[in-house]
Amino acid sequence: MANAFWCMVEDDRKGTPKKVMAEVIGEATRLAGGDVEAVWLTDTATDDGIRQLGEWGAKKVWLIEGAELAPYRAEVWVPIVAELVAAQSPKAILGPVTSRQREFMARLAARLGVGLAGDCMGLAMDGDKLVGTRPVYAGKLLAKVAWAKTPWLATLRPNVFKPADAQPGQTAAVERPSVQIPAAQLKLVERREEASTGLPELTEAEIVISGGRGMKGPENYVILEELGGIIGAAVGASRAAVDAGWRPHRFQIGQTGRTISPKLYLGFGVSGAIQHLAGMRTSKVIVAVNKDPEAPIFKIADYGIVADLFEVVPQLTQEFKRLLEK
Amino acid sequence: MKLELTDEQQMIQAMAREFAESEIAPIADEIDRDERFPHETVKRMGELGLMGIAVPEAWGGAGSDMVSYVLALEEIAKQCASHAVVMSVNNSLYGWPILTYGTDAQRERFLKPVAGGHALGCFALTEPQAGSDARNQATTAVRDGDHYAVNGRKLFITNGRESSFALLFCQTDKDKAHRGITAMVVEKGTPGFSVGKTEDKLGIRASDTAELIFEDCRVPVAHRIGDEGQGFRIALAALDGGRIGIGAQAVGIAAGALARAIAYARERKTFGVPIGEHQMIGWKLADMATAVDAARLLVWRAAWLKAKGRRCTLEASMAKLFASRTAVQVTNDAIQVHGGYGYIREYQVERYYRDAKITELYEGTTEIQRLVVAREVLGGAE
Amino acid sequence: MKIAVLVKQVPDTATQMKVAGTAKAIETAGITWIVSPYDEYAVEEALRIREKRGQVEVVVMSLGPDRVKEALRSCLAMGADRAVHVNDPALAEADTLMAARALAAVIKQEAPDLVLTGRQAIDDDMGAVPAQVAEILGWPCAYWIMEEAIADDGKTVRIGRQVEGGLEIFDVPMPAVLSAQKGLNEPRYPTLKGIMGAKKKEIKDVKASDLGLAAEAPQLPVVALEALPPRPPGRIIPGDVATAVKELVRSLREEAKAI
Repeated sequence: MANAFWCMVEDDRKGTPKKVMAEVIGEATRLAGGDVEAVWLTDTATDDGIRQLGEWGAKKVWLIEGAELAPYRAEVWVPIVAELVAAQSPKAILGPVTSRQREFMARLAARLGVGLAGDCMGLAMDGDKLVGTRPVYAGKLLAKVAWAKTPWLATLRPNVFKPADAQPGQTAAVERPSVQIPAAQLKLVERREEASTGLPELTEAEIVISGGRGMKGPENYVILEELGGIIGAAVGASRAAVDAGWRPHRFQIGQTGRTISPKLYLGFGVSGAIQHLAGMRTSKVIVAVNKDPEAPIFKIADYGIVADLFEVVPQLTQEFKRLLEK
Repeated sequence: MKLELTDEQQMIQAMAREFAESEIAPIADEIDRDERFPHETVKRMGELGLMGIAVPEAWGGAGSDMVSYVLALEEIAKQCASHAVVMSVNNSLYGWPILTYGTDAQRERFLKPVAGGHALGCFALTEPQAGSDARNQATTAVRDGDHYAVNGRKLFITNGRESSFALLFCQTDKDKAHRGITAMVVEKGTPGFSVGKTEDKLGIRASDTAELIFEDCRVPVAHRIGDEGQGFRIALAALDGGRIGIGAQAVGIAAGALARAIAYARERKTFGVPIGEHQMIGWKLADMATAVDAARLLVWRAAWLKAKGRRCTLEASMAKLFASRTAVQVTNDAIQVHGGYGYIREYQVERYYRDAKITELYEGTTEIQRLVVAREVLGGAE
Repeated sequence: MKIAVLVKQVPDTATQMKVAGTAKAIETAGITWIVSPYDEYAVEEALRIREKRGQVEVVVMSLGPDRVKEALRSCLAMGADRAVHVNDPALAEADTLMAARALAAVIKQEAPDLVLTGRQAIDDDMGAVPAQVAEILGWPCAYWIMEEAIADDGKTVRIGRQVEGGLEIFDVPMPAVLSAQKGLNEPRYPTLKGIMGAKKKEIKDVKASDLGLAAEAPQLPVVALEALPPRPPGRIIPGDVATAVKELVRSLREEAKAI
């Protein structure tokens, strides 16, 4: 349908859409007034997954299923979706910020010759035009952007948009367009899994714990992981801690790491260097624990405790445990 | 008049700043506490070209100039005065005289490895009885065929233990007093050449300050730099450049302490406002900043003259005199701004305070600089 | 072999950003400009490839006003062989797609075997240019690479790209576009020799017309630039650790409803 808002489905690679899709579909529904369709490229889609998309509000699921679609490769995905866009003329295409959507949406935008607003934190209709709000300079400023023509392409930062409430019984029509799947140029050699911490991914997590220079050494992060395990938080680090070699780069929060907007951020021994603040200041609630009362992070914290983190963390873990066991 | 750094000078300054902030600053407190010579970072400084900045590429150096040298040296000293003195000795006291007075064969053998950062050099002039009175050399070198037999002791020699080469000044003709002083390079491992005690110091504790001992040490005549009797002139000329380097080091120490004082004055609050907004502290910072800038400009001018090949004895001494005094004063004030915290290691300014003092002592004490300046302004230069 | 490295000059990470009077651009007075850190990883990787293989020319390319020459010169000081500077007021308001078209046009002229760049420039943080350049050229692309090894025959490059939960290793046919993630390498400092030698290296100036670019307007114009809304003042929870921790948990639960 020519007025449809498309949502690019990000899945767990096992046939189920990720939870962040509730946010993308929810936002698309608000903007489109209900004319929302999901586009899902995958090697395997489960019925449960399709049902989930419907319950979140997708009226239709464009399902392109094929073994060649995994792992994601831009040269395979982009021509398929571009062809579908040409045939269906959607008004907008939205996706969550993930490793593959980041590249895919950019490439699709170039193929279609349209604008892409990456990493949006706000979308709003201004008359019949869409306006996107996105952080720039790692969140030091906000840019409002508009699109010269449709389709409007945007990626949405996780945890920022209100997720759709699942409506049991609400279903999506499934359409399987016949498409030519282009040959892949990238040949997969192997996939190396990271040793799982059992904690959520940094950019997707609703709660993020961060340890800074005050952690004193890599061995002490275990107390943060323990706390993370109790409250379901990802554990990240400041650049100081990463540069000291205490944590791998992928855990770095800040301008040269991950920019995050969780519902709750807890910083321990993080001083709040400007480039770290840039990466997390859009968090909804910020808690800071530092023994230096002058640490800049207290300026943006909603709650602060001036104390030694090594005293605070174990007690906090116990307290949360007691609360959540109730 | 033009007071502008070239693109290259700005890039060298930026590189030195980034290197010092990322690689030196994190270890500066620890090496000071442990009196540990920072082999790893010194080696990296050599690889970056910081040990032979003004030496032409043909002799292993970077082919830059004296102004770049003081810019880089200030940046290093801002984080760690110990690293700065290692750099200063290599560049001005050891490298420059060999470049200027050495033969090509000597430059190849004694300069190239040092300017290229593969080895360190030292400047062996001071003796137990000959500090400020450098004319009074007790170390002797007696010609014996194509060798000299050297005997004597040198004291307070920066890089003494770590150096592969020592530029040694000694008496080849006692009767001629300072006109009998001769310069020569002695290589580490030469029989009769040993290192005595290492000094335990107030500041620049990570640098190596040692005693050199020569006992019937046979040094080939081919290792002599310049002619017999030319040594004292070589030493004085080297010290002109050396003073500019120490001036730059002093500016760096002062600027580092000033930066910390400013940061502290912005953050620390008393009576509800940052202490920098109290007039007493604000004025102190204003005076500190003005002094640092004045010292820097004096150092730049002396370096610029030296880079042009002009005589700069007066200007180098003025720069060193004023910059070292500024370093002592500004680091003292920086502690005052910090209050009691300034007295504690964690806040670092106490290290700058301890490091500053040496700049009033080595490569010509404050008194000697005044003497030089007085002589120059009275027109009594020899 | 020839490697093109795309770099962007951006404000230093420690810069406090302010909005200029026009409300569409930043206040540039007093900004220290640097090469975007991720692009430095790309430059470093290109230099390492040259050191490993020999006979490799490293050409850095950038788009922007005159000041961008400084960024290019610092890449030359690190060791790149020469630079191309797309310097044209017509591209002053370029969005990612316009930038990608301009850079792709330079790449077409230079015909490198590999294009390396950072995963994103830390100013507009869009991270779209690498993919868009690849799309315009019709080349394969790999994002957020953490490792790279070119095959001996120079026809493919084996890369590891970072994805959620792991690393995917691919063989990518060349020419290709790769975007560098932090962790790929540790960029070198320029040496003094490198800095002194940089002024002798060529920085070629090109205009949009040299690249055969048609005049175009951005597809994603910036309507307004705004400072972040200030956060409401927070509070320091007083008391000993045990009391403060209890009060924090209560506040998070009852006031903030964050847990």
